[in-house]
Amino acid sequence: MPLPWRTARLVGRADETATARTLVLDAPGWPGHLAGQHVDIRLTADDGYQAARSYSLGAPADGTRLELGVEPVTGGEVSPYLADDLPVGASVEVRGPLGNWFVWRPEQEEPVLLVAGGSGVVPLMAMVRAHRQAASTSAFQLIHSVRGEADLWYREELGRPDPALDVRFLYTRKAPPGSTRPAGRLTAADLEPALKRLTPAGTVYVCGPTGFVETAADLLTSAGQDPATIRTERFG
Amino acid sequence: MTEVSPHVDGNSLAGPLSDIFAVDMTRAWWRCPDCGSTGPLAELHVYGPDPGLTARCAGCDRVALRLVRHEQDTWLTLGGAEGAFRFRTAP
Ligand SMILES: Cc1cc2nc3c(=O)[nH]c(=O)nc-3n(C[C@H](O)[C@H](O)[C@H](O)COP(=O)(O)OP(=O)(O)OC[C@H]3O[C@@H](n4cnc5c(N)ncnc54)[C@H](O)[C@@H]3O)c2cc1C
Ligand SMILES: [Zn+2]
Repeated sequence: MPLPWRTARLVGRADETATARTLVLDAPGWPGHLAGQHVDIRLTADDGYQAARSYSLGAPADGTRLELGVEPVTGGEVSPYLADDLPVGASVEVRGPLGNWFVWRPEQEEPVLLVAGGSGVVPLMAMVRAHRQAASTSAFQLIHSVRGEADLWYREELGRPDPALDVRFLYTRKAPPGSTRPAGRLTAADLEPALKRLTPAGTVYVCGPTGFVETAADLLTSAGQDPATIRTERFG
Repeated sequence: MTEVSPHVDGNSLAGPLSDIFAVDMTRAWWRCPDCGSTGPLAELHVYGPDPGLTARCAGCDRVALRLVRHEQDTWLTLGGAEGAFRFRTAP
């Protein structure tokens, strides 16, 4: 049976950064989902023109509540509208949950390394939250690469101490005062300590812009990580 | 996000292929007959624009599948071959 397009209502919007927004939708009939899955969002213009795009779910299943994180792309057809123009109370069509490959399940006991570039943190945050919700004691590490401090998503939540989660921020343009690591793109040295703590059977999830994901995947395999343990999702 | 890439992620085919297949296709295993790369469909590179999508091998660009949506139909070609299957996917 094809997955139906459901009508979902925007019930909340919050700022994550100066441009990125968290959107909360209410989708009656939603069947639930796994951390890492995405939905397709479809918009229909007055003249019948339709545009559909994929957006990751940022939080584990919670009844009919869906949380998205949208970073608007300049000149984009769908993302600027979702981020700032769709009025709270208005509806969009949503189809999902989609994708059973880029997911983390609470039964997974192996150590996990999450590598996020910019908005690629959205599906990885769903994994962090699902891990916390399941009170899983499996080791979780998150490396989040952002331009500067102002580009950090989920800042307060990721700053909260959690013995089973190790978070590291990498700044690519401007490191905050007092940082020991100079600003710059992800390097092999940034991944090395994390890979040491990941047993050979650990799983790595990488998500972000295509260039970032490809660089990270190359660095990981060059460092000896088995490609079969690396799962990637490129946002475009 | 600043880097613009000509292709999108294989995971983006999950929705369009769910119109045709009963199982999640992003996990389907694929082996490239040209360069021998293997992996899930999720790892393929997908070129648009929608409604005409071409999924290619990430290693050598060989066409793995083509999906074209037109009115109520979805046309699917597997591999770089000619000839497409037509599915009625909208009422
Ligand atoms: C599986 C999956 C999950 C995704 N999850 C998220 C998510 O959680 N949050 C999120 O914000 N986005 C996510 N994306 C990206 C999203 O689907 C859209 O591609 C993005 O929002 C741009 O759509 P648009 O209609 O605004 O731009 P378009 O009108 O499609 O594109 C406008 C221009 O921007 C370029 N472009 C397109 N996408 C990007 C990009 N990501 N970065 C830079 N340039 C781009 C295009 O080449 C084009 O030139 C995901 C993509 C995939 C495949
Ligand atoms: Zn190939």
